[in-house]
Amino acid sequence: MAQEEGQQHPLGIYFKVWGLLFVLSFFSYMVDYYHVQGYTRWTLILIFMFLKAGYIIAVFMHIKWERLALSYAILGPPLVLLVFIGIMSYESDYTYETRGIYFVTGS
Amino acid sequence: MTPSDSVTSIKKPGQTPGLSGLAEDWSSDQRAFKNVPWGKAMMWIFLLSDTFIFSCFLIAYMTVRMSTTDVWPSASEVFALSFGGDPIPLILIAIMTFILITSSGTMVLAVNYGYRKDKNKTALLLIITALLGASFVGMQVFEWTKLIVDQGVRPWGNPMGAPQFGAIFFMVTGFHGFHVSVGVLFLILVARKVWRGDYDTEKRGFFTSQKGSYDIVETMGLYWHFVDLVWVFIFAFFYLW
Repeated sequence: MAQEEGQQHPLGIYFKVWGLLFVLSFFSYMVDYYHVQGYTRWTLILIFMFLKAGYIIAVFMHIKWERLALSYAILGPPLVLLVFIGIMSYESDYTYETRGIYFVTGS
Repeated sequence: MTPSDSVTSIKKPGQTPGLSGLAEDWSSDQRAFKNVPWGKAMMWIFLLSDTFIFSCFLIAYMTVRMSTTDVWPSASEVFALSFGGDPIPLILIAIMTFILITSSGTMVLAVNYGYRKDKNKTALLLIITALLGASFVGMQVFEWTKLIVDQGVRPWGNPMGAPQFGAIFFMVTGFHGFHVSVGVLFLILVARKVWRGDYDTEKRGFFTSQKGSYDIVETMGLYWHFVDLVWVFIFAFFYLW
């Protein structure tokens, strides 16, 4: 399949993924509608988000069928963002505590 | 190994599957991305850089939200909309999400019919995608107007809580809305070329002088799906959190 230039696939898989995206979006909306809170909310939102993102990238953007040379070149680099997220959450904790000392209690 | 053996062992590029194929593609001369039209490879590289830009925005949002000592406005209430009765939380955002997903579906069908060289269906599906995209931007304009005029949200402050809310909200959704708007223009241009039959006659592009082909519809599709992909993250982090 991936041996030719161009991506030609049966329509069935697109319709399945299309439907699935609707269902997943509906579920994530329901999480908010029924006021699910705390860790359950975080977990559900993140699961639905990553599933949707994964299906869009894999099927709609055809990464599933591309050669590994291209897929890894695209999917690998964004992993460094995890380090960035880690650094910035550490930094914002520090800022929050500093503000707690100087803004809230005053000095 | 006799010379005749080495001749028979020559393979066409991009034949080896899996990890050894990855090593082979990257260590080969000239082209690392086998079997991929150059426009598509370049679009992917552009989208990769765009991923970093949007990530920087979303990480900035995380930093601002985690470090503020004020209460963050509740998205569920800020973006509620009432149709005569009680306000329904996030209803407009939900509709916008469904519109964008629908447009992603019509886009993927356009790519498929493009490769079947079905000119009319491809152009029609591209136009439908563009219309859905335009209605998304229209709803965003409505949302912004409501936020600015009725709720008094400004980039430097708002009546609901943390002043950073407005700045980060307008920046992230504005940048995304800009992407959607550019995508709509891009869709209309591609639809016009499909309609005219440029990709059937392999008419050369005015800018790149490359032969036109239905690959361009797929490249366009990558951009459009990326816009939908970014919205998935904005929806989760901005509206549902």
